[in-house]
Amino acid sequence: MSKARELANLGNAYSDGALSNRNLIINGAMQVAQRGAGPFTNASGGYQTVDRFQLSGTMGGSFTLEQASDAPSGSGFSKSFKALAPTGFSSPTSSASAKIITSLEGQNLQQLLKGTADAVSVTFSFWVKAVVTGTYIFEVYDDDNNRTISTAYSISASNTWEKKIITISGDTSGVLDNTNGSSLSIVWWIGAGSNFTSGTLNTSWNATVTANRAAGQVNGVASNNDAFYLTGVQLEVGDTATPFEHRSYGQELARCQRYYQVQRYSDYDDNEIVATGVGWSSGLVFCHFKYPAGATMRARPTCTLSGDFLVLEGGTSSDSTENTVQGVSYSSAEIRFKNSIVALNSACWVRYKSGSSITLDAEL
Amino acid sequence: MDNINITSAQYVVDLISGGNSMVKATIDGTEMFVPLDPANRHYAEIMRQVEAGELVIAEAE
Repeated sequence: MSKARELANLGNAYSDGALSNRNLIINGAMQVAQRGAGPFTNASGGYQTVDRFQLSGTMGGSFTLEQASDAPSGSGFSKSFKALAPTGFSSPTSSASAKIITSLEGQNLQQLLKGTADAVSVTFSFWVKAVVTGTYIFEVYDDDNNRTISTAYSISASNTWEKKIITISGDTSGVLDNTNGSSLSIVWWIGAGSNFTSGTLNTSWNATVTANRAAGQVNGVASNNDAFYLTGVQLEVGDTATPFEHRSYGQELARCQRYYQVQRYSDYDDNEIVATGVGWSSGLVFCHFKYPAGATMRARPTCTLSGDFLVLEGGTSSDSTENTVQGVSYSSAEIRFKNSIVALNSACWVRYKSGSSITLDAEL
Repeated sequence: MDNINITSAQYVVDLISGGNSMVKATIDGTEMFVPLDPANRHYAEIMRQVEAGELVIAEAE
């Protein structure tokens, strides 16, 4: 791209409302994977590795999901989301599907003016690589109003990174809720059964018709070890794709922690000497702790306690045997650890033991 | 929400108020504590399954 073209695109981006914070996608460079890089193999999909991106649907079997150190050369990216089918799905059932999804809060999308006469176009850019070449479907799904628009794009060379740019028109119907709920889901189809492909591709905003959502989609996971990679995802207002807005790891992590955060034993060099929290006993053997979240979360989070913790009072300690979350707020959790040492009204504290972790999940 | 498998659910009682404060649920094989918040995707799915007659939330012990 020439400098003149880049300047012209920046001018267009300015006219459309932003030179910074243009990218509405969180973790589009796939830098952050708080759950771990993987590979993780399971039959349920969901959020497994890279933050804010999930595999929805599994074609009826297991996928291996990974934050891969594989990215387009010279692009400035170093990571990608990889979905691999260890066992191919050569004959998917009619209801089968596999798609990568990232979802966005409605309160962060009000500038799209969706559902009004002034609704604006938006432009997506992303890099993809797949074993299977052919037609793939990219879809934007309005969760609030059950409306959708799909675009077909082609992957022309096997196992080769390709950049795609897709502009979709504004939708004058269906106002997005101005809340913390999921209003738009961005969908990359990998495979689909006939329930999703038997109609005609829906290339303009319409009420969702299931059969039209992925018409024309190639089966990207028909054979063993077929894989699909995605990175460099950008969504910006207007009809111009500008260069990817790279953010620091810290900036991206902070954004991701609104939706998910974890602290685990292995996060610390000195391991067991790091306290989870300081608390007070409410009765014999019960210690209550306030566990502070690292960032205010989108909603009250689901809290998961994994592994064993060590409760200490004075010079004695005891493994916790039965842990309960009493309540959560947007910014903390109250955790009760049962143990065998603390006396009523005693101060105590808790340390992580090997393999233990505390997660807070407020994903969309 | 086609990826959440819930196999058990039981209320957790707040020790002060005595009211239900959380749901302890086994989700995708892992024990999780889910707040009574409709904006939480796990709670939303629990209530969807309850309303569909697919899941019962047991009272707290």
